[in-house]
Amino acid sequence: MKNPILNWFESRLHLAETMGPSITHPVPRSAKWWYVFGSMTLVLFMCQIVTGISLSLMYVPSADQAFASLNYITFQAEMGWFLRAMHVWGSHLMVAFMTIHMIQVFLFGAFKYPRELTWIIGVLLFVCTLGMAFTGQVLRWDQDSYWGFSVGMSMAGRVPWIGPGLVHFVLGGAIIGGEALTRFFALHVFVLPASLFGLIGVHLLLVIKKGINEKPTPGVLIDKNTYEEKYHDLVKKRGMPFFPNAAGRDMIATGLTLALMLVCAMMLGPSGPSGEPNPTFIETAPRPDFYFQSIFAVLALLPPYMETFLILGFPVLAGATLILLPFLSGGGEKSWRRRPISVIFVLALMLSLGTLTLLGYQSPWSPVMNAWSGIPTPIKYVKGRTPLELQGAIVVQNKQCRNCHMLDGRGGQRGPALDDVASRLNGDQLIRQVIQGGGNMPAYGKNLSPEETTALTAFLSTLTNEWEHEPPSGYPMKPRPTQDPVPPFLPDS
Amino acid sequence: MGENFDYKTAPDPAMMGDPSGPEPSRRGFLFWLGAALNAIVGLAIAVPVVGYIISPWKSGGWQKWTPLGNADKYPKGQTRLTSYVNPFRTPWDGYTADTPCYVRRMPSGDFTVFAINCTHLGCPVRWFPESNLFMCPCHGGVYYADGSHAAGPPPRGLYTYETRIKNGELQIKAGRLPTLQQSA
Repeated sequence: MKNPILNWFESRLHLAETMGPSITHPVPRSAKWWYVFGSMTLVLFMCQIVTGISLSLMYVPSADQAFASLNYITFQAEMGWFLRAMHVWGSHLMVAFMTIHMIQVFLFGAFKYPRELTWIIGVLLFVCTLGMAFTGQVLRWDQDSYWGFSVGMSMAGRVPWIGPGLVHFVLGGAIIGGEALTRFFALHVFVLPASLFGLIGVHLLLVIKKGINEKPTPGVLIDKNTYEEKYHDLVKKRGMPFFPNAAGRDMIATGLTLALMLVCAMMLGPSGPSGEPNPTFIETAPRPDFYFQSIFAVLALLPPYMETFLILGFPVLAGATLILLPFLSGGGEKSWRRRPISVIFVLALMLSLGTLTLLGYQSPWSPVMNAWSGIPTPIKYVKGRTPLELQGAIVVQNKQCRNCHMLDGRGGQRGPALDDVASRLNGDQLIRQVIQGGGNMPAYGKNLSPEETTALTAFLSTLTNEWEHEPPSGYPMKPRPTQDPVPPFLPDS
Repeated sequence: MGENFDYKTAPDPAMMGDPSGPEPSRRGFLFWLGAALNAIVGLAIAVPVVGYIISPWKSGGWQKWTPLGNADKYPKGQTRLTSYVNPFRTPWDGYTADTPCYVRRMPSGDFTVFAINCTHLGCPVRWFPESNLFMCPCHGGVYYADGSHAAGPPPRGLYTYETRIKNGELQIKAGRLPTLQQSA
């Protein structure tokens, strides 16, 4: 080293001596653009540290002040909204790129011998990152955060035997309040980041010691006796130093990643805070952040008897499978071109996650809580109706039917749309369905007077798709005239 | 110094003492004595730390008679949304200490008090007096006026609090978040 100042430091720190071989360790030349996702995740993590520490300067982790401090950061602090936006989009992108990194590693067989431990540490990193995402969502101490917490605790409360104790342990007490928030604050800013730092250190050490996976050649099987020797031979003869040769691609990718994060933050802004976390404001429909939308959807769609098993068993099974993966399939073929089941598995997983996430955003299973009072009865359904039928239309609105049933495309989707209900059910069937419920509909027997039931079925009987269209020529049936007398409904007496 | 610095040979051999160190038996004794000493103080530190962290871990308890106001303010034959201040609150709980609940007063005058939390996953259920139903905004759980399950994924009816009337005041035994294995 020529520079005397650098030399002075080097003679004390021995940085070039210890780190040099690591930075310039040879990597296979086949490591191209597919290999940048790990760096992209890492750079986002580093950025999260910077924005996170910045946010901690103003965030108050106290149940009575957190919401006010969030609003202060968002609306008053200089660039505060942008810091929050960067932190939330950094988090979203980190989860996304980490998932892509994992899929790439899976498809390229990089989890196989001799990189089993690199994969396992990676799985732990993934778990910790999701933990950061959930705890971070809780620190955004608003209405969604409060009820999201409540959902999490309801899940924890289902754990056999220890459920209630576990709930109080996580909450740090009896309710979602001050001690729960500080516990999650400690997890989010001390415990999980420290775990991530430690795990990333081991992950990178393993990447250097065991080398970057060469791009697999279809048909070449792993021979555990000769693999390491062959690999070192390959990188020695035909490899290139990681720095500066391979690092170029990574730096371009990380630069673009950070730019993407900046653009997202700038265009889409921070997440919330929504309403204040006051549990007595119950006019709310809690929704999770995007990476938990699939879970939200699955919990609505599962049959109840499978639920507890899936809530508690699935994460354990999935985690165990991921950790055991290199031992279940540690050798053999690496290339995805010769591993059709792996490819199908990834595609099926992505399709189901994508579908569930989409469904989570639409949430057709949720009643639209203000549809009954907020959405008018379509004019075409009240035109030409008798007074009795009009009374029935009022019953449909007043009894919250539309919270679950659509008319003319508006309303809840929990139950079937009612636009053509009379084509599916006759008068008696309508009465039976309304009175007794069934098929996931509550029984309205006790909540409707006989007069209301009569009016309701009279109105519903006019909702037929034959109403709007002329019958095809030669078809004997004519649209039912609305003036038809409707048999009054009389309860057994 | 500088480029020719060799840290392996730098210290004066005289400062290192006898290169062979203590006798092997004494060396082993010192090692185990040191290990034991650290294990003991480590345990002495760990016990209070772990005790401090897991102290909230108890399944029973967290219940206290909590006032819901004068019993007469709840009209007969109706269900009303109200709230109470959690008896186990900390001074920094803020509004999170306020817990909503539904008071149903039967025409006979008897009280049933329901927790706000859906038994499926804890979302706040909403009461619709027009159709006499509780509906949950999350996954579409529906309950009848008496709290029994009407439709949707909830595995049971609404959680109810133990109630009593003391000096004309309605009281409930409250304090903890209700979950499936431990009702309100």
